[in-house]
Amino acid sequence: MTQCSDPVALALWHPIAAIEDIPADGKQKTQLLGEVLHYRKMDDTRVSVHHGDRKLPVTLAYGYVWTCLGTPERDLFDLPEYAESDRRNVCAATVGVNVSAPRAVENFLDMGHFPFVHTGILGAEPHTEVREYQVNVDTERDEILATECLFYQPQAAAGSSGGVMSDYIYRVPHPYCAVLYKSCPTDESRLDVIALFLQSVDEENIRAHALVSVIDTQSSDLDIRMFQQNIFSQDKPILENQLPKRLPLDPRAETPIRADKSAIAYRRWLRTKGLQYGVLAAAA
Amino acid sequence: MIDLEAARYRWHPVASSTDLVPRHVFQAQLLGREMALWRADDGNVNAWENRCLHRGVRLSIGINDGRELVCQYHGWRYANRTAGCTYIPAHPADAPARTICNNTYPAVEKHGLIWSGEKPDGQIPSLDVLDTTSITPLRGVTINVPLENIALPLIDYYSSGQRGASGDSVVHYGADTPDPFLLILHAHGHLHTSANAQAVDTPTPDIAFFFQPLDAARTAVRGVLCGVDEHNIGSAALIALLKQHSFMLCRARDIIESGHRDKPVPTPWTPYIPKVSDRHASMPPLTSAGQQAKLRVRLSAIENLSPSVKTFRFQALNTQIESAAPSVLPVAQPGAHIDIHLPNGLVRQYSLINGPGQTDHYAIAVKRLDDSTGGSHALHDSLKVGDVLATSVPRNNFTLRRDAEHTHLIAGGIGLTPLLSMARALDHSNLPFTLHHFIATETDAINRAELENMSAAVHWHVGQDVQQTQDTLSALLDAPTEHHHVYICGPGAMLGFTRETAATRGWADESIHFEYFKNPDVVDDSSEFNVELARSGLSLQVPAGKSLLSVLREHNVGVQSSCEQGACGTCRVEVLEGEPDHQDVYLSDTEKAQGNCLMSCVSRARSKRLVLDL
Repeated sequence: MTQCSDPVALALWHPIAAIEDIPADGKQKTQLLGEVLHYRKMDDTRVSVHHGDRKLPVTLAYGYVWTCLGTPERDLFDLPEYAESDRRNVCAATVGVNVSAPRAVENFLDMGHFPFVHTGILGAEPHTEVREYQVNVDTERDEILATECLFYQPQAAAGSSGGVMSDYIYRVPHPYCAVLYKSCPTDESRLDVIALFLQSVDEENIRAHALVSVIDTQSSDLDIRMFQQNIFSQDKPILENQLPKRLPLDPRAETPIRADKSAIAYRRWLRTKGLQYGVLAAAA
Repeated sequence: MIDLEAARYRWHPVASSTDLVPRHVFQAQLLGREMALWRADDGNVNAWENRCLHRGVRLSIGINDGRELVCQYHGWRYANRTAGCTYIPAHPADAPARTICNNTYPAVEKHGLIWSGEKPDGQIPSLDVLDTTSITPLRGVTINVPLENIALPLIDYYSSGQRGASGDSVVHYGADTPDPFLLILHAHGHLHTSANAQAVDTPTPDIAFFFQPLDAARTAVRGVLCGVDEHNIGSAALIALLKQHSFMLCRARDIIESGHRDKPVPTPWTPYIPKVSDRHASMPPLTSAGQQAKLRVRLSAIENLSPSVKTFRFQALNTQIESAAPSVLPVAQPGAHIDIHLPNGLVRQYSLINGPGQTDHYAIAVKRLDDSTGGSHALHDSLKVGDVLATSVPRNNFTLRRDAEHTHLIAGGIGLTPLLSMARALDHSNLPFTLHHFIATETDAINRAELENMSAAVHWHVGQDVQQTQDTLSALLDAPTEHHHVYICGPGAMLGFTRETAATRGWADESIHFEYFKNPDVVDDSSEFNVELARSGLSLQVPAGKSLLSVLREHNVGVQSSCEQGACGTCRVEVLEGEPDHQDVYLSDTEKAQGNCLMSCVSRARSKRLVLDL
């Protein structure tokens, strides 16, 4: 196993487990950036994480345990919706995928695959068009924002019935995390939130953690989990058949179209950051 | 170690012919490189890089629909033979740049195997010393050992008199290794070791083993039995032979692998995946100018479709089997046209009628017109099979969206041609559509049998006068329906009426798609105006009597053109400032009102000055 020497990845907060999944007793084991970590629940509000003998910094946020193998440069990004009292916050899935984290982020930002990969749920032929949308890099918050995303969806969420044009907003606040806001099927004035937190087990393997934060009094936690895990199970075989597994940052490695605007911005943003872990650097 | 560089220039077996079953995509490997192999319904074998160039997804998990390979991730369609992208569902209104092409490798069938290579420049290994009148391939066996370590132990194993699966005979072989990739075993007859009477009749064919270098550490052994097949020895004997060799090869594999167990793992071969061109890494710029005739084609067939309509079929020059780079025609999408440069000096546009996957030729259908300005006469009267002509690459300014819930195709007379290729594509993909063909007499109903066989409703409206035609069209466009699209091609008057009716009835402009044969209006070129070219920094004057396109051309500003009369849409230029005087019949009224583009061949300016994105 090659050790991670990327200073950018080492300074990031990484998710390693859903807090609610940690047994009350005993030492747990996981892997991050190629290193074996051990963690343990101290009590309901404290989790300790160790790399060998070294105690690592810990943040508990959005239902997950986050840690950092280097020195964290900043706090974990904000997700204020999580604290809204009427939301259902569900740690909906943790799925291992044999792909790099940036490939999985791009897949999360991509609407064009809905009719082909999530057929009958997030999209359906013949409604395949990805309309023009806006992408901006917020330099102050250092995150990517894609707005005015509109896509036809037969069943946009666990709580929806029948097809709608769904409004999406995408946020990439972290090289390995992305957040999606979409029209809430049960309350027009609110937005449902689905966040993808990726744990880089190594450069070409991840554990994909999902947080679902919705205004939905109907669906059970099980419904919400089943919906999300069904979506992940459809993405997994596609992601595992992407070559190369690391995200190529050379603009000439692949052919983008207008629908890939957010992916183009994401690759450029990663290049600017100088991130190396999980990507293939552009030729100088 | 084999010479990797030399191996790139060889033909290698990559699969058995029987691996490529109908509508399947087979994943092969050669020199560390993955390939997606698939056979189209027309029998053509495709060997492609196993990677969609959009987002890198393996094409071997794609869908072979018989004519095109569809990527699982975003539904991009790639044509049989050319691997050119024909449709991008995320942008249904756009024709993909014709040069978006996956990486392809040559593929040839011989000795019951599929042969390919990175840049093969020699011949496929010959088996002339053996009886090749009948050949039966053995099941390919993968051995986890580098290629150069296979032949000797395999010779040892086969020549040491191993027992067959049925345990009843021993064959002695003489070995010959003309090169590191081929082992020939000459059978010297068999020796009975049991009293089984059937064994006497078991033939002992010579065997050729081809070694396929999968990657640095693994080799596929592809054997073929020479001189035997089901017809000359019968299926029972053949199955017995196949079982025997399958058993022996598995044994040989175990022996070779265990003999190699302690050897170091060789350095992997990393295949070079070509980069996409700069143009495909971003939006393609406008390049090269004028009516370009980039292709040379040979007229390969002429067929009468009706007393006045003939089809002309053109093929690429220099198509050679076993050539490393067989010349293929650039892929065309439904609705595309080509410019044909005729022997009399005229340049004319004709829609391609090819269906999906028909990529080994271009076909057009041309009606001999009495009022022809020379195009249809030249084609009908002076061309003969074998003639070489210059044509443009296909252009598509009449794009078929495939995200409609229903598509209505309306053709007037020979205006059927672009709609015929659309109907063929829709029918092949089982997309719902209706076709209306307005014709003067029954004999004008070209391709009737084919159209009647399609799943869609096809209506022929025969001999209607102007009023009847208008009544029929009015009824068809009665009320606009969401997610329905209308495509119409025919005489100018018919298009004019259809567009007006559709607009009056409330159809959205973007649901009505039309293509004129020619601009029915007289272009008024009496105005004078100035143009500024934002990107080139030029300021030019367009005088009365001269087109904007010709002024641009005089100053070496490249704009592609085709019909040069405002009908085809090829010479479109973006307008940044100023008010265009359109005069074309290509843009819809909405597009004209937006005023952000014009057809440089006929459009002029209402304002004193235009700023163009050139």
